[in-house]
Amino acid sequence: MKKLIISLIAGASMLGALNIQAQTLINGAGSSFDNPAFTKWFSVYQSTVDKTVNFNYQSIGSGAGQKLLLSETVDFGASDAPMTDEAMAGGPGKILHIPVVAGGVVLGYNLPGIAKLRLDGDTLVNIFMGNITKWNDPKITALNPGTNLPAQAIVVVHRSDGSGTTFIFSDYLSSVSPVWADSVGKGTALKWPTGLGGKGNEGVAGQITQLAGAIGYVELAYAKQNHMSYAELKNAAGKFVACTLETVSAALATATIPEDFRFSMVNAPGDNSYPISGASWVLVYQKQKNAGNAKKLVPFLKWAVTEGQKYSSQLDYAPLAENVQQRELKLLDTIAF
Amino acid sequence: MNTARKRYGDTVFRCLTLLMALSIFALVALIGIELFEGSGKSMHKFGWHFLVSSVWDPIAEEYGALPFIFGTLVSSAIALIIAVPISIATAVYLTELAPRVVSQLLTMFIELLAAVPSVILGLWGVFVMVPWLRDHLFPWLQNHLGFLPLFQGPIYGVSMFAGGIIVAIMIIPIITSVSREILQSVPKLQREAAYALGATRWEVTRISVLSYAKKGLFGAVILGLGRALGETMAVTMVIGNSPQIVKSLFAPGYTLSSVIANEFNEATGSLYPSALFEMGLVLLGVTVLVNALAQLLLTTFAGPNVKPQN
Repeated sequence: MKKLIISLIAGASMLGALNIQAQTLINGAGSSFDNPAFTKWFSVYQSTVDKTVNFNYQSIGSGAGQKLLLSETVDFGASDAPMTDEAMAGGPGKILHIPVVAGGVVLGYNLPGIAKLRLDGDTLVNIFMGNITKWNDPKITALNPGTNLPAQAIVVVHRSDGSGTTFIFSDYLSSVSPVWADSVGKGTALKWPTGLGGKGNEGVAGQITQLAGAIGYVELAYAKQNHMSYAELKNAAGKFVACTLETVSAALATATIPEDFRFSMVNAPGDNSYPISGASWVLVYQKQKNAGNAKKLVPFLKWAVTEGQKYSSQLDYAPLAENVQQRELKLLDTIAF
Repeated sequence: MNTARKRYGDTVFRCLTLLMALSIFALVALIGIELFEGSGKSMHKFGWHFLVSSVWDPIAEEYGALPFIFGTLVSSAIALIIAVPISIATAVYLTELAPRVVSQLLTMFIELLAAVPSVILGLWGVFVMVPWLRDHLFPWLQNHLGFLPLFQGPIYGVSMFAGGIIVAIMIIPIITSVSREILQSVPKLQREAAYALGATRWEVTRISVLSYAKKGLFGAVILGLGRALGETMAVTMVIGNSPQIVKSLFAPGYTLSSVIANEFNEATGSLYPSALFEMGLVLLGVTVLVNALAQLLLTTFAGPNVKPQN
């Protein structure tokens, strides 16, 4: 018995020693929207590409991810909103934005018996402003000929926690309505003119499924998993499109993406583009201080934006377009260590 | 030699316990200082206006705490109104009336209730309690007491009232357990004296038990109140998270601790987190103030503490 224990301890400590020698630990923090993708990537990458790298990702929110990157606590941050010039000035070096995933935000609703609902930007702004309060409002019925909408009160549900999903949604409302842009604006948390706040996607989804007449925004993956009905939206080209991986990818392909990759893809042109979608970025310093970690991090990021896209699309993230992937690889090559 | 060693031991004992007691002071002071420092930017920008402003707009960088203070106080008040009678009645039943087996069983259940994590209670609140309130209790209240502004307006389920109820459920175990201990410590002599005078069971409980223990019971309620003011997760899941000051208890509200939990993760820039820090400071202030007020109430109405003569 004693021998067994001793050999176990010896074995464990040898394993420990091996770990210390060979493993590199990469720390990341930020967006919870990205978390499922990272989890999948880490496990695939470790088992098929590089066994000597360990990842530790803290899904604590985009704002916190930015803060930890600025204080150089983590090797990379992840954010659902691009950093502002002002925020980036707080760091010790130039920060690169690497888009890694893109996703759609859908408008889930609860109207028993109504399987298909069409909305446009203007109507949506008015609903979330509290100007349209009944489902049979002429503005909504005009978009849905043949559908018998009830005279039910609309209950608006939004996120109460700061969230990248809110950023994408309010980015869209701001882009279609100057009134919204002036009076409310875009951000991860807003001063909502009306409605109930639910905590997290699950909180919003819970309210929508329970309250007849409710409408609220959730991530596509979440709506699909919960079999929620969600509205078709009129895009910039005037076509009604449902949110799918294809229509989000289409928006990503037609969006204008500047050199630094800090772009917004809401209301993208193109017949097949879903209007409320957004990307999420990995944030890294162009000049890496820890060469050992950077040597492992850069190949991983290159893998994630190319090969990794295959795995993230299984999780309802829209894959990055080929030309975007190539541009990102070039940007990743500029990282120095 | 022997006495010297004893004294030495006493000194060590006293110093050690003093150190522990001081560490509580140090902890509270540290939290206070940290919150004060963190909220510097927001204090500088908004001053006292922070406490009376109702605007909470992270995009325009305008912050005010009033609706959150309101929500915290109202939800805690609802919780106390519901929890205090239930808890004290339960404690009286457990100590004065219940057979031993029943008492032990019930005590076990109360302790079990105290062990339920708040996020679990919150989930239960969202999926079970809120729909029930929306479909049954709230419409009933509106039908019968709808003339009161408290019970008017549209019913969503998630509301200030729902927040109060969930907090009540969370503080019932603590108030009940502490009250039970206090009632148990009332000397038997007290009760026997009242019985000897021919008092009924109710009279014995009222005169010799409750009035004897009122100071301790008040302490139990204050402990519950402290927990109610700071309760976060479960409340934020059922209160509706809408910073507004309205009369209706059916309307959604918001609390100080909920907004910190909801928004701190995504708070970017420097003023935004600072305003959230100040919310923490306000919460600390509100807690201290409410406790002080309660103590004042106690000394005014219950009189100075009567030492039991054992």
